[in-house]
Amino acid sequence: MGDWKTITVPVLSSDSKNIFQYTSERKRSPTSMNSQVLRLPLPSSKNMHSFFSAFCTEENIEQSISYIDRELTTLGFPSIYAESKGKELNLISIINCMNELLALQHKNLRAQEEVEMQHLKLGSDMDHLQNCYAKLKEQLELSKREIVGLQERDRQLQSKNRNLHQLLKNEKDEVQKLQNIISSRATQYNHDMKRKEREYNKLKERLHQLVMNKKDKKIAMEVLNYVGRADGKRGAWRTDKTEARNEEEMYKVLLSDYEQRQNQLLVENAELKKVLQQMKKEIISLLPPQKQKPKERSEDGLVLSDLEEDTGELNKENMWELSCETVREQLTNSIRKQWRMLKNHVEKLDNQVSRGRSGAWNEKDVISREDHELETGKLELEIQQCKEMIKTQQQLLQQQLTCDDDTTLLLQDCYLLEERERLQEEWRLFREQKKNFEKERRSFTEAAIRLGLERKAFEEDRGTWLKQQFLSMTADCKHSENVTTPSAFLRSKYLVQITFLYSSEQDNWLVKPTSQQRKPPSVLNGPVSADPCQTSQYITHNSVESKKIAGDSMPNLWVESDDKEETE
Amino acid sequence: ASCVQHRLVVRDASSLQVRQLYTCLDQIQYIEWSSDSLFILCAMYKRGIVQVWSLEQPDWHCKIDEGSAGLVASCWSPDGRHILNTTEFHLRITVWSLCTKSVSYIKYPKACQQGVVFTKDGRYMAVAERRDCKDFISIFVCSNWQLLRHFDTETQDLFGIEWAPNGCVLAAWDSCLEYKLLLYSLDGRLLSSYRAYEWPLGIKSVAWSPSSQFLAIGSFDEKVRILNHVTWKKITEFEHPATIASKKTIVYKEVEKSPSLETEKCSFPPTGALASSLFSTQSKYEISQVPVSLQYIKPVADRANPKMGVGMLAFSADNCFLATKNDNIPNAVWIWDIRKLKLLVVLEQLCPIQCFQWDPRQPRLALCTGNSRVYLWSPAGCVAVQVPRKGDFQIVSLSWHSSGDSMVLLSKDNLCVCYLEREEV
Repeated sequence: MGDWKTITVPVLSSDSKNIFQYTSERKRSPTSMNSQVLRLPLPSSKNMHSFFSAFCTEENIEQSISYIDRELTTLGFPSIYAESKGKELNLISIINCMNELLALQHKNLRAQEEVEMQHLKLGSDMDHLQNCYAKLKEQLELSKREIVGLQERDRQLQSKNRNLHQLLKNEKDEVQKLQNIISSRATQYNHDMKRKEREYNKLKERLHQLVMNKKDKKIAMEVLNYVGRADGKRGAWRTDKTEARNEEEMYKVLLSDYEQRQNQLLVENAELKKVLQQMKKEIISLLPPQKQKPKERSEDGLVLSDLEEDTGELNKENMWELSCETVREQLTNSIRKQWRMLKNHVEKLDNQVSRGRSGAWNEKDVISREDHELETGKLELEIQQCKEMIKTQQQLLQQQLTCDDDTTLLLQDCYLLEERERLQEEWRLFREQKKNFEKERRSFTEAAIRLGLERKAFEEDRGTWLKQQFLSMTADCKHSENVTTPSAFLRSKYLVQITFLYSSEQDNWLVKPTSQQRKPPSVLNGPVSADPCQTSQYITHNSVESKKIAGDSMPNLWVESDDKEETE
Repeated sequence: ASCVQHRLVVRDASSLQVRQLYTCLDQIQYIEWSSDSLFILCAMYKRGIVQVWSLEQPDWHCKIDEGSAGLVASCWSPDGRHILNTTEFHLRITVWSLCTKSVSYIKYPKACQQGVVFTKDGRYMAVAERRDCKDFISIFVCSNWQLLRHFDTETQDLFGIEWAPNGCVLAAWDSCLEYKLLLYSLDGRLLSSYRAYEWPLGIKSVAWSPSSQFLAIGSFDEKVRILNHVTWKKITEFEHPATIASKKTIVYKEVEKSPSLETEKCSFPPTGALASSLFSTQSKYEISQVPVSLQYIKPVADRANPKMGVGMLAFSADNCFLATKNDNIPNAVWIWDIRKLKLLVVLEQLCPIQCFQWDPRQPRLALCTGNSRVYLWSPAGCVAVQVPRKGDFQIVSLSWHSSGDSMVLLSKDNLCVCYLEREEV
């Protein structure tokens, strides 16, 4: 960024100081630049006229015009003179030129502004970069110092490490030395001990001899009487046979112990083998079906074929004979293989799950977790239901099939017995009810008989009463005929009532037993037994009050009771 | 049966009534019942006399005099009719027969902790011998004392032998300087030898499991190693660290609750109930939270027989539990579950443990620590039982009845029988 200097326009005349106002030395500092920029616009109006007058005065108009014209033409503008020679000025061209000059001036000003902006930006960038540089330098210094420090520490630690190693080696050497000392001392002590023991043995021998030689009478045993042996047998002589027998017994004891142990081990072995085989089967069942990539399918296929072979082989042989090495190895190898496959499968599933969780739903056979869980829930329910069904069916099947004939007969007998008992109960109830009905019927018949008797009596009474009435009426009709009509009416009514009563009663008694038979006994038991009593009461009641009670009510009552009973 | 000075008192086990009273010639040092419980032998080591008494016939008597040979140990043979006397300086073992009045001698017995062992069925006897600085084991048939097998062992200094409960394997182990366990079958063949690691400390105690499946070896390095009977190889190692950090073990700590009265010991004898409550400090078990650190004692290094290592081992009768005691941590009993092969329970007591023993029928452990309480543990829990008695009753050792219903608690001067109620099932 060099200094900016405007090209001073060489001016003919003096007044250079005014002209030098154009010259502006651009300094580096932006503030001065700004101030300079501000100073860029045309000088103050004070100097304007003087400036303008400085260039062109009245004396050198033509010169100045020609100068201007020359300048303009050199700049590429059209001449300001008119086309015809002479000193006539082309006003239009002058104005155009002025306009062009103004435009040029504006453009230049704008360009200047832009350049100054860029200048400012570059200046700030440079400042920034210089700051960064300074900071980085500082950091570099710091890190260098740190590195030096760390290196120093590292050196110290290494030296410590070496020291510790050295100490450890020393300790180990010491330990080794001490152990050597211990071993040497041990041998020495053993030697000493042996020597001492030999001395001691010698002493003991000496003592023993002395003791034996003394022939103490005291060394004796006094027993009051001999005690029988614990098992009651006599003592046996010690002979070769007994010795041999003892040996035999000892060996027998040992052998029996070994056999016992071997049996235990066999049993354990068999159990473990069973467990292994179960595990194998379960692993096979856990392994996925052949819906996989061809590579894996081929693997599965191979392994499965191997498995089938294995299972075939193993199932052929008897379990108890699986004691030879090769078969054992086969079993363990096949289990290992399947375990590895299962592991791979589980790992694959894990990968799938993790991939699914991370959001890559690309694979179609990766189901969303919730769907999966829902489905599994549904499947589990289904499974439970199916299991229950199967259980019940199995039970039923078992009941039918696996029972012996005896048991089925027994069962059938049981059912029959049940039914029989039920029937018997029902019969009992039925009989009871029958009895009750009989009783009721009897009571009814008795009541009917009574009723009949009462009726007879009643009718006799009635007959006598009618006779009397008739007699009285015939006796009365002589007195007054007005009174008789209602009484005759009444009488006729009474007659009708009587006949109606009679027929209705008959009908009643006919209806009742049939109604009894028609309907189920238990239902009508209560009310039916109650009602006849009521009706009989009614009858007796009515018979007593028949002379006084108004006639209309009675047949209605009867009808009502009839209706009631029939509707029941 | 119990002995007091020179008298032998025989009591009934269920009622503690005195049945018989015998007088011996001298102070009795050792008594033992015969296997059929008909005879009792009383050994007086000072006089070198063994007297045998019969329960059925109180008039019957028998006296065995060793004379100048002296007497160091005496025991019954499994058939209950022979007495084996070990003479002084372990010169010889004399076998006296009560049936035939005959004598047999076994020469050069070894002076070790357990030199004579019988099989559980009583058929065979193994005797450790030492001749010419070499250890031998002789196996005798108990019925006629015939020497069956005689073989040498590869040990430096045989310390002890033990039959397996099935009677077919004999374990022999070396002294505490050398960690070596040898297993011999009944006919004398070496089945296997076990050595824990290079330069180990020695074996302190050995126990067979009742089914002969496991052999537990307690050693001076505070570990118990368990061998199995199929391969005779170590199946696991139990450590006894001073701090227990595993969350699955239950630690029962005995906590003493002193009574509300300030003075524990009164000079005047107070009334009965008050006395028992005064003198007895209540103690109960509390479950301590894991991790628990136990009291660890480092033994004095320059004394002989240091109290370190696993000193007591016992299997429970049903083969499910193993109780061990590490002498470095004398207040704790460690109970291991054999089925799962891990530590089940630690019982921490206030005083050092004197003795523990499993119930012969059930998985119940009774232990005593020298104070007047007996502690019981079973998989259901544990309880501290106070012996109801005026005055102190320091229980030194205890012993179960073979039916598992009662046990005998012994102190220095007294004995007490504790009856356990059986639950109505």
